Amino acid sequence: MSEARRISSLDWRGTGGRGGELVIRGASVLDPCAGIDGNHDIVIAGGEIAEIAAPGSAEGRGEVLEAEGKQVFPAFFDPHVHLRVPGDEDEEDIETGTRAAAAGGYCGVLAMANTTPPVDSAADVLALRERASDEASVPTGFLATVTRGLDGAELTEMAELREAGAAGFSDDGLPISNARLMRRALQYQHLVGANIALHEEDHDLSRPAGAHAPHLGGVMHEGLVSAALGLAGVPSVSESTMIARDAALAAYEDARVHVQHLSARESVEAVATAKEAGVRITCEATPHHLVLTDEEVRSLDSRFKMNPPLRSEDDRQALIDALRSGVIDCVATDHAPHAAEEKEVPFEEAAMGVTGLETAFAVLHSELVLPGVLDLGVLVERMGAGAAAFDLEPPSLAPGSEANVVLFDPEADWEAGADGWESKSDNSCFAGRRLRGRVLATVVAGQVVYRQRSFAMGIA
Amino acid sequence: MRHLLAIGDLERADIERIMERTEGFAEVGRRDIKKVPTLRGRTIVSLFYESSTRTSSSFELAAKRLSADVVSVKAAGSSVDKGESLKDTIATLGAYGPEAIVIRSPHAGAADLVARWSDAAVINAGDGKHEHPTQALLDVYTLRRRLGSLEGKRIWIVGDVLHSRVARSNVQAFQMMGAEVTVCGPPTLIPRDIERALGCAVSYELDGLEEADVVYALRMQRERMGESFVPSIREYAAKYQIDSRRLSPRQLLMHPGPVNRGVELSGEVIDGPNSLITEQVESGLVVRMAILYELLTGGRPRPGERASDSDDVTDPTPIKEPA
Repeated sequence: MSEARRISSLDWRGTGGRGGELVIRGASVLDPCAGIDGNHDIVIAGGEIAEIAAPGSAEGRGEVLEAEGKQVFPAFFDPHVHLRVPGDEDEEDIETGTRAAAAGGYCGVLAMANTTPPVDSAADVLALRERASDEASVPTGFLATVTRGLDGAELTEMAELREAGAAGFSDDGLPISNARLMRRALQYQHLVGANIALHEEDHDLSRPAGAHAPHLGGVMHEGLVSAALGLAGVPSVSESTMIARDAALAAYEDARVHVQHLSARESVEAVATAKEAGVRITCEATPHHLVLTDEEVRSLDSRFKMNPPLRSEDDRQALIDALRSGVIDCVATDHAPHAAEEKEVPFEEAAMGVTGLETAFAVLHSELVLPGVLDLGVLVERMGAGAAAFDLEPPSLAPGSEANVVLFDPEADWEAGADGWESKSDNSCFAGRRLRGRVLATVVAGQVVYRQRSFAMGIA
Repeated sequence: MRHLLAIGDLERADIERIMERTEGFAEVGRRDIKKVPTLRGRTIVSLFYESSTRTSSSFELAAKRLSADVVSVKAAGSSVDKGESLKDTIATLGAYGPEAIVIRSPHAGAADLVARWSDAAVINAGDGKHEHPTQALLDVYTLRRRLGSLEGKRIWIVGDVLHSRVARSNVQAFQMMGAEVTVCGPPTLIPRDIERALGCAVSYELDGLEEADVVYALRMQRERMGESFVPSIREYAAKYQIDSRRLSPRQLLMHPGPVNRGVELSGEVIDGPNSLITEQVESGLVVRMAILYELLTGGRPRPGERASDSDDVTDPTPIKEPA
């Protein structure tokens, strides 16, 4: 495994640690990993956390954020977003996607490689990194594909891609169906180092018409609601059997894998079994899978269509338990912007995917933390832990850490999407929902990269 | 009732009212001149994205018998063929000011979207594998004529339930009218969790069929073989075909059509005395007249008019009750 780097070493337009002094005064500060929980002043200097001081004690020489009654956490890190560059800039681009990230409290994101065309050459990676250094509000890493052109047949030049700065590898959007190729990629990882993120889906199970009509894939969770609606189902086992296969391969090759967007109880069980056996496996879950179920699809509203699909309440409970226990390492949004015309069609025809960066923490805070289902500290830790899977230092408030900080108003009561979105797309499955708690400001390496409009900023 | 999108949206009282209305229209069908002026000047758009014989022709004839103007659009040869989206097509057809849109689509929820995008009353004439509510209503009507009531009757729906919108609508409608429904077919073609989803019983074999008062066979599409849902037509027919050996004289036989002779039904039962298949087609016409009437005059304001004015616009009982 490579040594962990700082998040700000990813490409972005910030100055990376050369910011001035910033004091966040009087907030309730929580970072369970650093053992911080209480009212403090936070002094940030040189892009790092300089001091966690007694409330009211810090004298600001630069900017001061008055934060009494507010909460401060380590900022969040999203290992799974789609920025749609290159090819679908009408849906999102690096500038808008990372602005959405900043608005959601994220200090860094990893962009998936299933673009048009896919990111499968060193030149692609270098070009994206250059664009990010001009346009990205927050540090942005780019994954490259595991297979050329996402064809599932031949490996990419993973070593060269890594040298060009690929943050990891993934054929996300598609599984690596061929077990031989999967095994080769895991063997080759010993040379390349970087983690491989896996979209686990056995197409033989999730596309019920088979080769007869390969385009006729399942469009929702196979279960009670799909039976009622007559929609083709994606069975839970199409995910969990692939996880079991790849965990076995990773164990055999002493390689590591990161499983994306877990959706089913069976998948949680497969990961738990692998972890108990010592397999180097990490995994993520999305806010929508943690909060919503297939019951939403009864509306046939295409905003509830994504892959993997929303599953049953029992699956949702399994995901929550796994997030609590740590079987699920981190929250990832799978932020997937789509143009309106791709969603304003019948459910079966609609594109899969939902946006999520701008609502992730507020949704989980409203739906899991406030009802007492999930401890706030656990959620805060899981919102940043995805960095570690890709050899980046998870955000921390411990003195000396990079100053990646989010300021949160736990009392804010707002309607998702009512003020518009930073994202270019509005296919949020939470649009119109009342949320409790809102990100007020996001700090990356000491720089304020986002301020919520109504949040006033004082200069000392 | 504003639209007819799904059986699940209806109450038993809605179905009863449509059944009573249908009786009135059945009387019209026995006259020499089978046309009434009820919907004169109203425009009805019929939009079919899938091939259909009986549903599209019966809607068209139903509209004409009510003196409505009908615009029929078939996907093949229309702008739909040229890649126009459903939303754009609805906007285009909206320029004609239709009071009702009848839509058949290969996709679940298409009719719901049209209802959202248009001011017209929308009738779902089949959306993917989801629902086919007018089929369910005509089947209820057909059975009521024969049995008087469905209360306590046992109905077996046999065949490819997984891919059948008819099954999904009919299970709900039959149960709503008091019948007990069993769905029967090969395990590969019965959706997981359908018992809990729809409240019906499930059987993988025809054993027990003798309890049924009504046997409702579904169409078995040949392409299902290639998808490995069943190994062969021969085996399917051996296990699930309704023939004179399996059908007792007291049982009624139904099928939504078109029938695959020798697959789901043997020739002798299709044409036999138990068969209601022709009556189903006849019912289709009058039930669809009643549905158009219900939606276009059933207390709903015409576009631009307030609900309280609606009684002045149309006489709600222009049809004589049958003698």
